[in-house]
Amino acid sequence: MAGSTLEIKNLHVEIEGKEILKGVDLTIKGGEFHAIMGPNGTGKSTLASAIMGHPKYEITEGSVLLNGEDVLEMEVDERARAGLFLAMQYPSEISGVTTSDFLRSAINARREEGDEIPLMKFIKDLDKDLDYLEIDQSMATRYLNEGFSGGEKKRNEILQLMQIKPDIAILDEIDSGLDIDALKVVSKGINKMRGENFGCLIITHYQRLLNYITPDFVHVMMQGRVVKSGGPELAHRLEAEGYDWIKEELGIEDETVGQNA
Amino acid sequence: MAVDTKLPYDKSYIEQFSSERNEPAWMKELRINALEQAESLELPKPDKTKIGNWNFTRFKHVATGETISSLTDLPAEIQDFFDVENLPENIVIQRNHSVAFAQLNEELKNKGVIFTDIFTALKEHEELVKRYYMKDAVSVDEHKLTALHAALMNGGVFVYVPKNVQIEEPLQAVFWQEDPEVALVNHVLVVAEENSELTYVENYISNNKEEATVANIVTEVIAQDNAKISFGAVDNFAAGTTTYVNRRGVGYRHATIDWALGQMNDGNTVSENVTHLIGDGSVSNANAVTVGRGKQIQNFTAKIAQWGKNSDAQILQRGVMKESATTIFNAIGKIEHGATGANNEQTSRVLMLSEKARGDANPILLIEEDDVTAGHAASVGRVDPMQLYYLMSRGITQEEAERLVIHGFLDPVVAQLPIAAVKKQLKQVIERKVN
Repeated sequence: MAGSTLEIKNLHVEIEGKEILKGVDLTIKGGEFHAIMGPNGTGKSTLASAIMGHPKYEITEGSVLLNGEDVLEMEVDERARAGLFLAMQYPSEISGVTTSDFLRSAINARREEGDEIPLMKFIKDLDKDLDYLEIDQSMATRYLNEGFSGGEKKRNEILQLMQIKPDIAILDEIDSGLDIDALKVVSKGINKMRGENFGCLIITHYQRLLNYITPDFVHVMMQGRVVKSGGPELAHRLEAEGYDWIKEELGIEDETVGQNA
Repeated sequence: MAVDTKLPYDKSYIEQFSSERNEPAWMKELRINALEQAESLELPKPDKTKIGNWNFTRFKHVATGETISSLTDLPAEIQDFFDVENLPENIVIQRNHSVAFAQLNEELKNKGVIFTDIFTALKEHEELVKRYYMKDAVSVDEHKLTALHAALMNGGVFVYVPKNVQIEEPLQAVFWQEDPEVALVNHVLVVAEENSELTYVENYISNNKEEATVANIVTEVIAQDNAKISFGAVDNFAAGTTTYVNRRGVGYRHATIDWALGQMNDGNTVSENVTHLIGDGSVSNANAVTVGRGKQIQNFTAKIAQWGKNSDAQILQRGVMKESATTIFNAIGKIEHGATGANNEQTSRVLMLSEKARGDANPILLIEEDDVTAGHAASVGRVDPMQLYYLMSRGITQEEAERLVIHGFLDPVVAQLPIAAVKKQLKQVIERKVN
């Protein structure tokens, strides 16, 4: 079987008693790039966090399966080792832990004790990816995300993606706050991951990221559901016409989660 | 229950102890006077910790230790203090109260550098020791424990670096309390003359988990004009040892005294690290780190008092508390009248790993001059669940994620330790204490 499959079925999610996702269905397979678009407040980031296991989100209904295994029964670290990765919108700062030490721990967490990645190989691979993402070598010895600019944090997330090589990655607004040069570099890193063993879910509310990364499927979220799906042409239409035509089609006045249709 | 605070050793014992070591008359006299004062002086009163019931007075006073012919003859736990592949050139190993091993680079000897145990120093460099011993930094009569220290001092080293001599290689002292019952009343005296430079690192270790004893340590660090002293320490007394450790610095014009203290004792501990910046343009960075576990109670005071104009003081304290440990951190910045242009910054942070642990960080600024800058920050908190989530989302287990966060929290202080092997050893001690 080529690649992994992530199946999200009828997913309902609450945060602090408020329902944000109201039945999301989505399947991502190895080799596929999916984009989820939609205005702010429609539940896109909640979907990403719920799949990864963010402690604040509660799943009230539905399922998430990775190659048939129940992801929702797994701890956060188990989900990651099973093959999931989430590039976060707001990565935590970890004072005192260098990017390099952290990455080595993450890589070794996937290997057996006694079979840790040889230090020289690790350094070589890391240097290669740093160069590819046009990141200064000094980042390896800086404390993880501490004092990083917004752009540096995003590049670091993609560096982790390239180093960890997950089966399925979710990228939560990886483009926010990036200037055009940084956006190109980040896209270059994501595109390098393309292959039949890698599936990707890109969450964005700007179409411009999709000028650099061509999705195979585009989905629109509103009111905590996927309301429309299509091919790359859907993203182009959204850029040209905005979201109003979808709202009209569905008879929605306010697309955010708080409102029920 | 009344605590028996009667002193265990009398005047005749001390006279004999001093005579057996052929100490100079002034030293014998200092001891005897100190004993008299110890009878009447009160225990120190560390802020927010009651130590009235702690045993500082009942202990066995003397034990000798065998000499060794090579550093590699030492047990593994002592060999951890240095790099066996690249043995230190300048080292004193004190085993109980004897020197087990000592060596100093010939070139440094020829330049007039002194690095020897305190009893040898009293014989061979009497005038120098007399000039500084409990004079400018710590006084005999500050309280019962300083007086008791002066009366019963039974170990220590003397470091002296002459004018204009800069030492690149560190000097290292290992104080190995092999006998589980014997007390260590250790005196470390470090003197850097004008325009000199040195790095000194000390390690304390004992294994008395059950047997109760005492460590009463006084360290005096004198940096003359333009001298630069980098002082590192890892304290690792076992649970049975009740420790009083007083490390004090005095810096004159444009002198620098930097402290990096890994305070990893398992027993009850009172630690004072006070630096007096007397001279204009003098600088001190006081870094300290601790891990509290079990039921131990610890009180750490880091104080920098500034008299010198444009002097600069930085205090950084980090502590991790687990189980039922209690720790008080007092960070005190004092700027005296006339110290214009002085700067004082302090940061104390405590990370709590258990509901039962107690941690308290008290930043105190006492400022008697207008034209100064000062700031402080203190926090007591728990491991941030968002940090754990982030690390775990990369496949790292919760246990390993916590370990990374804790080591990371302590790293800004650990990184300051001047000898790589000692830094590594401190990390190992932290590892053992945290897990």
